Amino acid sequence: MAKKKETVGKTIQVAFALCIVCSVIVSAAAVSLRPQQALNQELDIKSNILQAAGMSEPGANRERIEEQFGQFTPRLVDLRTGKFTTPEELGVPDALSYDQYRAAGDPNMSTRLSSAQDTANIRRRAHAATVYILEEDGEMVRVVLPVHGPGLWSTLYGFISLEGDLNTIEGIGFYDHAETPGLGGEVDNPRWKSQWVGQKLYSDDKSEPQIRLVKGGADRSAEDGEHQIDALSGATLTARGVENLVNFWMGEDGFAPFFKNLRDGEA
Amino acid sequence: MSEMSAKKVLFEPIFTNNPIALQILGICSALAVTTSLSVTLVMCASVIAVTGFSNLAVSLIRTQIPNSIRIIVQMTIIASLVIVVDQLLKAYAYEISKQLSVFVGLIITNCIVMGRAEGFAMQNPPMLSFLDGIGNGLGYSIAILFVAVFRELFGSGELLGFTIMASVNDGGWYVPNGMMLLPPSAFFIIGLGIWALRTWKPDQVEEPDYKMSAHKTREAF
Repeated sequence: MAKKKETVGKTIQVAFALCIVCSVIVSAAAVSLRPQQALNQELDIKSNILQAAGMSEPGANRERIEEQFGQFTPRLVDLRTGKFTTPEELGVPDALSYDQYRAAGDPNMSTRLSSAQDTANIRRRAHAATVYILEEDGEMVRVVLPVHGPGLWSTLYGFISLEGDLNTIEGIGFYDHAETPGLGGEVDNPRWKSQWVGQKLYSDDKSEPQIRLVKGGADRSAEDGEHQIDALSGATLTARGVENLVNFWMGEDGFAPFFKNLRDGEA
Repeated sequence: MSEMSAKKVLFEPIFTNNPIALQILGICSALAVTTSLSVTLVMCASVIAVTGFSNLAVSLIRTQIPNSIRIIVQMTIIASLVIVVDQLLKAYAYEISKQLSVFVGLIITNCIVMGRAEGFAMQNPPMLSFLDGIGNGLGYSIAILFVAVFRELFGSGELLGFTIMASVNDGGWYVPNGMMLLPPSAFFIIGLGIWALRTWKPDQVEEPDYKMSAHKTREAF
């Protein structure tokens, strides 16, 4: 017996049988669990959008999240023109299934940013982004926009929610990052996030976003106090990353052209 | 090793032959996933499941495995199990699987799993191997839970997300020790833990490899 199992034929046989069995188990698990996983991911993004908009309720179940999210209209925005675009043009079934971050890796669906443009260091920007609009009586009262950019260890992915004036911040939240817990990871701290509420992106001329993360505490009474946020202690690079990514996405190469079109009613 | 009762195989790795504290295996993940207790618990469950079932599977086919490819065979079995565990977590514990991120996948490279498959399951019957896997998983769990309790308590003043000591960030009095949340602190805690364990069970202290002799020759002054 001991001799028999060392032959080449036996070795190949065992290897082959093992591969078949293992691959069947792995693919069965992957395929049968995929719908549940996709559901989780979708729900996760929805609850993050609600969180950024300050609408999340602790312990809300799936139905409640779906119901609240249902108030939003997802729309696709072409970042090159700053106008709404359609799912057909991007080759996706609907606005929700468009994946901006996958598109950013596809040369046909994204643009390489020059180093002058790329203040947030994201390298490639997808042509389009999904935005979530909340309307009341036909008027836009809230818009949630995806933002991302590198911090210290990782890329931070999040949402920023603006009031209908497209200037006042209603909330910000990062749903995916790997910053140091306790230091850069404090971007998740609700107390820190609450400072963003009510701050303004732009000064009067509405061109360049002015957000600054200040060390040593934000001074609300200063001239630009409405643009200041406390930096995170012990996390200079995360704070700088957050400042850059907000200013990039709210700037000329981000959503600023879209905001202008919205204000002029030409989006 | 003539007398191997199931009980001994199951409980021995927990204190007397702990994979982390005595064999110093599997330290890598002990650093990475111990910043919060709830994440650690899920990691423990995953490792226990993987060590248990990989030992069982390897032991079941141990008479069939040709010697020349045995490591690859063990690896394939372990890797498949880890992928299944990862998929299950993504489906049913999504939040925690996000925090564990790559570390579930890295169970594949956890020396404990491989070490038990090669060292125990290749020579022993399935049920005993299964228990050995569970026991070693438990030993690993005890060690990393110990680390996680300290790290979460002193690093953020919480346990399982419940506030024990209100931190200054939330308006309390406790100034969190940020170092506890950084990987080196796990080394310190494991070191102190090994010290404590070996003081309790002095027979675990290893013989020094050589003795330092007194300085005899006079060298340049």
